[in-house]
Order: sequence, then structure tokens, then C-alpha cells
Amino acid sequence: MDGIVSLIIAKYNFWAVIVLLLIGFYAMIAKRNIVKKIIGMNIFQTAIILFYVSIGSKKGATIPIITHGHDGVNHTVQAADYINPLPHVLMLTAIVVSVATLGVALALSMKIYARYGTLEEDEIQGKLMESEPG
Amino acid sequence: MAAHYPAIIVTVPLFGALIITALWWFDKRLCYPISLLAGTVSLAASVGLFLDVLSRGVIEYRLGGWPPPIGIVYRIDHLNGLILVVVSLVSLLNLAGSRSVAEKEFRDKVGAFYGLYLLFTTGLLGMLITGDAFNLYVLLEIASLTGYALIGMGSGRAALSGLHYLFMGTIGASLYLLGIGCLYLMTGSLNMTDIARILPTLVPSNVVLLAFVLCLSGLFVKMALLPLHAWLPNAYTYSPSVVSSLVAPLTTKVMIYALFRITLTIFSFDFAFNSIAVRQPIIWLAVAAIFFGSLLALSQKRLKKMLAFIVVAEVGYMVGGFWLGNRAGMSGAVLHIINDAVMTLCVFMAAGAIVHKLEDDRLSVMKGVFRKMPVTMAAMVVGGLSLIGVPPTCGFFSKWYLIAGGIAAGQYPFVAALIFSSLVNTVLFFRLFEIGYFLPFEQPKRYHQYNPDSFFRYSGRRAEAPVDLLVPLVITALLLIALGIFSGEIVTRVITQAIPVTLG
Amino acid sequence: MTAQTIVSIKPLLAVLASLLAVPCIILSRRTVNLREAWTFAAAVIKFAMVVSLLPLILSGAQAEYTIARVLPGFALQLRVDAMGMLFALVSSFLWIITSVYSLGYMRGLQEHSQTRYFCFFALSLSATIGVAFSANLLTLYLFYEMLSLSTYPLVTHHQDRQARSSGRKYLFFILGTSIGMVLPAMIFIAVKTGTLDFASQGIILDKIDPQVVTVLLLLFVFGFAKAAIMPFHAWLPAAMVAPTPVSALLHAVAVVKVGVFCIARMITGIFGTELLSALELSTMLCVIAAVTILVSSFIALTQDDLKRRLAFSTIGQLSYIVLGMALLSKSAMTGGLLHIAMHAFGKITLFFCAGAIFVATGVKNITQMVGIGRQMPLTMSAFFIGALSVIGLPPCGGFISKWHLAIGTVEAGQYTMLAVLLVSSLLNAAYFLPIVYRSFFHQPEEGMFEGPRAEPPLWCLLPLLLSAGLSIVFFFYPQPFLRLARLAVQGIMGG
Repeated sequence: MDGIVSLIIAKYNFWAVIVLLLIGFYAMIAKRNIVKKIIGMNIFQTAIILFYVSIGSKKGATIPIITHGHDGVNHTVQAADYINPLPHVLMLTAIVVSVATLGVALALSMKIYARYGTLEEDEIQGKLMESEPG
Repeated sequence: MAAHYPAIIVTVPLFGALIITALWWFDKRLCYPISLLAGTVSLAASVGLFLDVLSRGVIEYRLGGWPPPIGIVYRIDHLNGLILVVVSLVSLLNLAGSRSVAEKEFRDKVGAFYGLYLLFTTGLLGMLITGDAFNLYVLLEIASLTGYALIGMGSGRAALSGLHYLFMGTIGASLYLLGIGCLYLMTGSLNMTDIARILPTLVPSNVVLLAFVLCLSGLFVKMALLPLHAWLPNAYTYSPSVVSSLVAPLTTKVMIYALFRITLTIFSFDFAFNSIAVRQPIIWLAVAAIFFGSLLALSQKRLKKMLAFIVVAEVGYMVGGFWLGNRAGMSGAVLHIINDAVMTLCVFMAAGAIVHKLEDDRLSVMKGVFRKMPVTMAAMVVGGLSLIGVPPTCGFFSKWYLIAGGIAAGQYPFVAALIFSSLVNTVLFFRLFEIGYFLPFEQPKRYHQYNPDSFFRYSGRRAEAPVDLLVPLVITALLLIALGIFSGEIVTRVITQAIPVTLG
Repeated sequence: MTAQTIVSIKPLLAVLASLLAVPCIILSRRTVNLREAWTFAAAVIKFAMVVSLLPLILSGAQAEYTIARVLPGFALQLRVDAMGMLFALVSSFLWIITSVYSLGYMRGLQEHSQTRYFCFFALSLSATIGVAFSANLLTLYLFYEMLSLSTYPLVTHHQDRQARSSGRKYLFFILGTSIGMVLPAMIFIAVKTGTLDFASQGIILDKIDPQVVTVLLLLFVFGFAKAAIMPFHAWLPAAMVAPTPVSALLHAVAVVKVGVFCIARMITGIFGTELLSALELSTMLCVIAAVTILVSSFIALTQDDLKRRLAFSTIGQLSYIVLGMALLSKSAMTGGLLHIAMHAFGKITLFFCAGAIFVATGVKNITQMVGIGRQMPLTMSAFFIGALSVIGLPPCGGFISKWHLAIGTVEAGQYTMLAVLLVSSLLNAAYFLPIVYRSFFHQPEEGMFEGPRAEPPLWCLLPLLLSAGLSIVFFFYPQPFLRLARLAVQGIMGG
């Protein structure tokens, strides 16, 4: 028991990510409303972004900007003093991707709404059964 | 110039897309020639690059001059060199045949269509060419997002199936991203060769295993390997036919290429086939995909949906062939990527031509279609024979390797599945041919409401698809036979070098 | 036996002659005379090509041409040997006759879609010659499939309900077996032995387990369903809905003989006679063939549709050839190979007659043909000669091949098979001779055949008289075929 608690506490960021992933996944699979599904999808993507961001951080480190500059005094740059910027930069791209995905998803749902007059999948299924079986 | 082929391949369609999006507000007629030009340049560069690879071996191209592992590297070997040519060729052929169909289908949105078309191609070509795992994700998303939008441009259920595809696709891509994250966590690198260099020092590690599983399952979703295929049939059926003849031949194939690349280049053959026991389960999945894909295709009443389920089965061919893990099986899988891209293009284009004329893709309305559209149906026959696997069409030869690989590996269920699928494909296509050949032409009922002027009304006359669609279609059909005849050359000169030399 | 091999493009030209005629035929579809001229020209050129190779083959050499290396280690390759030559000679010559006959038949009945008909006919012949000249199993399979597909539009020429169901049956049996049985067996052999080239002693000796060899042999024998070995024979009677020239050339000569030719190639070139006799598989094959011979003859007795009766007769005769090959004795093999030629001439005559009767009178059923000999004496005389040849009575070519077969059974010590041959000859007589007898010596029914002599159009009549005449000629002069058959057997058995 103790071991599990310490495991959870030591890697709490990963556990948070896993919980978020599951929440998002659940919403995408189980919810019948398209907008709720889209929200779930966004949670899912955000969880991954958090995962990347958290693996870049280090305890007691600061942002990777060398402030002491070129003042003539020799400072050795310790990598441990700075958080890893690369995952954060990667996530800029991932955020753009997720926003774009959101945009396309919303555009498609608008089109669906215009056609079926609803965003509830059950109702859409019902209308499909009536109008175009097969 | 020649040194910058890798950049040209990706950037020309990218800028072509941007130019089109800007220009189509002024003149819609510019879209088609510009995209054709961009596609041609991209194809020419791919061919040039491929010839370079053939003569000089692996080429590394540093984007912006940054050395790896800091900068992004485009890395071209025999495998992706060949597939680059095929993908840009397929994309161009379909593009060339798109003019009349796109004008009819999209009317004032033609510009958006061509812009998305080129962006989609950019994404796929980028995925093929890149040597950076994260870059692959970004380009994967470019291809996917444009794919969702293209599919959503259709009428009827297109938007709904596009949205379902988007949900599934996003899950797949996210899983892949998560996997790459785990790899980065362990190795601190995103460059494929660099990761491959570091990984062996870490194995065995649960995180590496997790990364492998995540990447693989992400790609399986994207390539629609049964049981993760649910998004594919509807997406390919209800999308506009020019879109389905673009997306269907290319998306799954490029994803299978990504599977090759991730498994062989990043994780290494030894890790994937010997250290962990995923081979047998995946072969079973492939067998299931072939069986159920074929059976489900059999139960379809719509032409495009039937073809879409054939795509599901074909995915099983390639995944299974790859995981046979021997030379014949892998050669077969690579050869099938090429062949299947062309033959799927052929049948989907022919289906597109039929749908263009009939405005319906139910099999029951295709009565007498042989007499109406002889050239289209001739191409359909060639494509069908290739999917069945009749020599000398190319489908026979890839099937040969796959079956030979299955026998050599002792995977008889896989062999049985391949034979079964050939037989089912025979039934599928000859059912279509029977309807088109034996039954007299009937005026489709819903036809009058839409377009009373079309000459499809005069039941005795020919009513071929427009010439600009027929020419690429016939070229594609001839290509199927040419690929068959030259498949020996392709395998000995290219594919042998594309798969690990250690394989017996 | 190491034969001298000469690289020559002639085999390829022989295959291509009719293939290249296809675009010409399509282009000249508006001027029918020119279109038929193309068919005729292609047929003559093809025959000339085949004949020009004959002296080479008779001198004991082989001609070879490699088209392309489609798979590493496996090439598309043509090689002409005595056995292939024999078959090519028969089918390319009969194509000329059939082209003439087609002209009379198709025009006489004013059939639709004649361009398509002539195109696919030419295509089928290309494939047939391709099979005859194949140097390895892969090439053979390629042409075999090409033949299956190019005959489908011919079988279903009428495009009606009956044609559709027959076409289905045809595809089911022909494509189903070749994809489901031959293809895996072929790839299995390719994987296990690394080669598919026909060799005089087979290629799988000591390389594959005996049990597996049995399975492979059965896969091939039944898989080449064009040989119509029971129970994979049902497509042949169904295919009789096709226009008669198709039934005559393809379903009495080209297609079905391609089937038995393939089986013969398998026995001699892939398995090898030594292996088969060592594993005692020969008896199994003989029994399969014997059952087909007897059962089909009995069924033939019950058929009233003349073409269907001929079809069942063909099924039985094809198994003679298989039997001849399976007996693995020199005379039996000679007889089997000879039967390819002799049966071809006899049976094509019978089919020509059936078609001629249909063109002239519209009659299809045997019961309606009572007394028809009064109106069409020439046709029915030819029918008589063809029937004699198929039964195997002198003075017809069929006697020569049956004679060799009978001697072969004695050589091999298979006396049961000798009995089978004799019984089936009696049955053949029982289902053919009454037709001839009643047509000449019975009074026709009222209202039938009362007019003056009404032979079919000249274009129909000439070919059938010619082929009937040749059936007799080959009794007195079987040399070209006999020499080829002996050469082929020499190549197989040595000595």
C-alpha cells in the first residue's frame, strides 16, 4: 500500500496525465452529443500536451534564458539549472494542431447541424434510418 | 537544384496550396493548372531524387543546414524513395482526372478543394521523406486534417462520417504522439537514426516497450487495421468520389510505410521480432482483417463501400506480410504498398467515373454500364483482376510474395486468408461485371429530378465519362500491367535494398 | 535428355500474332469484311509461325525465348518442345478452320456483338499457344488465367439469363479452382524447390515429403479444372450455351486440352514419372480418370441436347488423355498425346455439324433429328466420320491413339484400365451411332425435313468437311503427330 502511494506521489504528473487521458477518452466514446465528444477530444489532446510539458521540467530549475550574459566573468552553464525547452517548443506545434483539429471538428458539426437539425447522435441515427436506409 | 530535391518535393505543393487559396478569389480557373503544375514538379523531383538514391545510396538532407540531431533531417533510402514516386504519381494522376468532376461536385468551392488537395499531398510526402519522429507527427496531422476536411466536403452523410474519422484519427495520432513522448523521455532525441543509436543501450525497458505499443496502436488506428477500422468504410463511401480516389489509395499505404519506418528504423528488427512477442498476435489481426474485410465487402450493396472494405482487407495483406518477418513477406508487403496504391486508385477512379455519370453508387443501378461506359469498365476490369490477383497484373506478383512468405514462415492461416480474399474478390468484381454486362440498361429513377439534359437518358447511346478523367484512368490501368511486368526489376533493384539485409 | 536449345523469337511471335490482331479488329469494327480478314490473317500467320518451328523440333532441338524476369528466379519464358509443338500445331491449325466456320455461323445467325466475339476469340488463341509453349509453371499459369478470362465473354455471348448462370458456373469452377488450388500449390513448390521450370525428371524429387506430394498432385489434377475431371466437370456442359464455334474450338480443343495439357506437364515436368511411379500415385490418377471416363459416358447417353451430349463425350475423352499420361508407360503416353490431336479433329467435326444443323434448321435436340440425313447428307456424313474417330474405329485417326493407349495399358499391366477403355468405346458407340442411324434410315416426323436438300452455308460446310476428311487422313498418315508424340515421350522417359 505504502509502495503504491509513494509511486503515485513520485510520478504524480504521469498519473494526472493518465486520468485526463481516460476522462477524454471516456467522453469521446460514451457521450452521444457531438460537442461533448469534441470537448472530450480536446481534453485527450491537452493531457498529452501536459505530459510533454511535465517531462521537460526539473525541480529547482529555471527557464532556459542565460541571464548572466557576456559580462566577461566565466560562468559555467549547468544544464540542471534550466528546464528542457525542447518539449515545450514541440508543444507549440501540438497546440496548433489541436486547435486546428478543433476548428475542423466544429466546422463539420456545423454542417451536420445544418443537415439534421441536431447534434445528438441518437437523433441523427434516427433521421438517417428514416431518410436513407443502407 | 538536384541537391534540393527533398525540399522541392514538399515545399512546392505546400506553396502551391497557399497560392491557390489566395488566387481562387480572383479566378477559379487558375486552380486546376496551378495544382497540376505543383503536382508535376513534385513528381519530377521525386523521380529525380529516386534516381539519385539508386545511384548514390541513402541521401540525407538537412533542412536549413542544421546538423542532426538538432535540426530536422530528411532521409531518403530505397524504401521511401520508391514510395515517394508512387505517392506523388498517384496523387498527380488523380489530380489530372479531377477537373470536370470537381467542377460538378464543388462548384464555387473548387479553390478550397484544390488547396486542401495539395496540402494533403504535402502531408503525405512529408511523412514519407522525413527522418524525424516528431516531424512525422506534424505532417501526419497535416495530412489527416486536410483529409477530414476533404471528406467533409461531400454531401449527405459525408460530414458525419468525416467527423467520426476525425475522432478516431485524432486518437490514433495522439497515441503516436504519446509514444514519441515516451521515446523522447528515454533517449532525449527525436531524430530517428539517433534514437535507433541510443535505444539498444536501454533495452529491456518497460517505457521503450510502452512507446512501441503506443506508436504501433496509433498507426493501427490510422491505417484502419481491424478491429480499429470502423471509421474507414463510411468515410470513403460518402466522401466525394475525387476525394475517395485520393484518400483511399494513399492514406493507409503511407501509414503502413510509417509502420515500417518506426519498427525497422527506430526500434530495429531485432527488438520488434525477437525481443517481444507481438509478431504472432499481429499476424492474427491481419488474418482477421483479411477475412472480415472480404466478408463485409461481400455484404455491401454500394460500389464504393464494397471497395472500401476491400481496402480494409488489403491493409491486412500488408501488415501481415510485414510481420511475417522474412524476406519474401516483407518484399511482398513493400511491393503491395506500391501495387495496391495504383490498383486502389484505378478502381476508385473508375467508380468515380461511374458515380459521376449515374449519380449513384448502388450496385443495382449499374445495369448495362458496360455498353454505356466501355472504357471506364475496361479499366475497372483491369483493376478488379489486379485485386483478384490475376497475372500479368501487378496484384498477382505482390500476392505471390506474400503467399511465398507465408509458406516459408509456416503461417498457413495467413496463406489461407490471402487465397480466400482472392476468391472473394473474384465474386465481388464478377458480380459487378455481371450486373453491368448482362442486365439491360435502365434509367435510374432519381435521375430525372436532377439532370434531365444529360445524355445518359438516351439509353442506347454511349455515355462515357469526360475525356480528362478517362485519360488518367487508362494510364492507371496500363500502369497496373506495366508494374506487373516490371515487378521483377522493382524487387531486385529496389526493394531488396529497402529491407534489412540480415533477413534470410 | 539434354536437348539442343536455340533462342528464337518465333514462339513469342506465334503467341503475339493473335494478340496484335485484337486492336486491328477493334479499329476495323465498322467494315466487317476487313475485320474478319484480320482474324484470318492472324490465324494464318500464327499457324505459319508454328509450322516454321516444326523442322527444328523434329530435329530434336528446342526453341526458347525469355520475355521478362517478373520474379527473382522466375521468368516469363517460352520454350517449344515436342509436346507443346503437338498441341500448338493442332490448335493453331484448327483456328484457321474455325475462323472460316465462325464467319458462316455468326453471319448465318446474324449474331450481335461480333467484334467482341472475334476479339476474345483471338485473345483465347494467344493464351492457348502461350500455354503450349510455356517453359515453366509460372508462365503456364499466366496464360491459363488469361484463357479463363478471355473465354468468359465468349461463353456468355448471348448475355441472357441462361448465359449468366452458365457464366457463373464457368467462373466458379475455372477461376475458383485455379486460384484456390493451383496457385497455392504452385507457390508452395516455388518456395520449397526454388524453381518452377519444367524438367524432364521433375523438380520435386527428394525435396518434398511424399504425403505432401500426394496433396499437391491432387491440387493440380483437380485445380486445372479445364481438364474437366469429375467432380469439377460441371462447367463444360454449362458452357455449351456459347455460340457453336466457341464450343467447337474452345470447348472441344483449345480450353479443355489446355487443361489436360497442364496436367500432362505437371506429371512429366514438375513431378516426374520416376517420383510418381516410386510413390505409386499412378494408380490413383488412373482410377480418377477411369471413373470420369465411365460416368461421363453414361451421362452422355441420357442427354438429348446434342451439344450437351458432345460435351459429356468430351469430358470422357479428356480423361483418356489423363489416363494415358497417368499410366506412365511409353505407348500409353504416346497414345495420350496423340489423342490430343486425334480427338480434336474428330470432336471439332461433331461440333461443327451440330452448329451447321442449328444454322440450317434451328434444331438442337437429338430426338428432333430423326431423318435429318435426307436433308443434310453431307453434314451427317461428316458427323458419322467424326463419331467414328471419337469412338476409335478405323479408318479414322481416333483409332491410332486408342490403339496406343490400349497397348500402353498392357505395357503397364493395368488390365482393368484396358477394360475401362473397351467399355467406354462401346458406350461411345452407343451414344453416337444411333444419332447417325436415325438421321439416315428413319422417317422424319411430319413437317420436318421435307424440303429439298438444304445444307448449311458454304462457309459452315467447308470447314466441317475438311476436318472430317483430315480425321480420315490421319489414320493413314499420322506421322507428324506420331513423331512429335514419340519425341515428347522420348524426352520424358529417356531412351
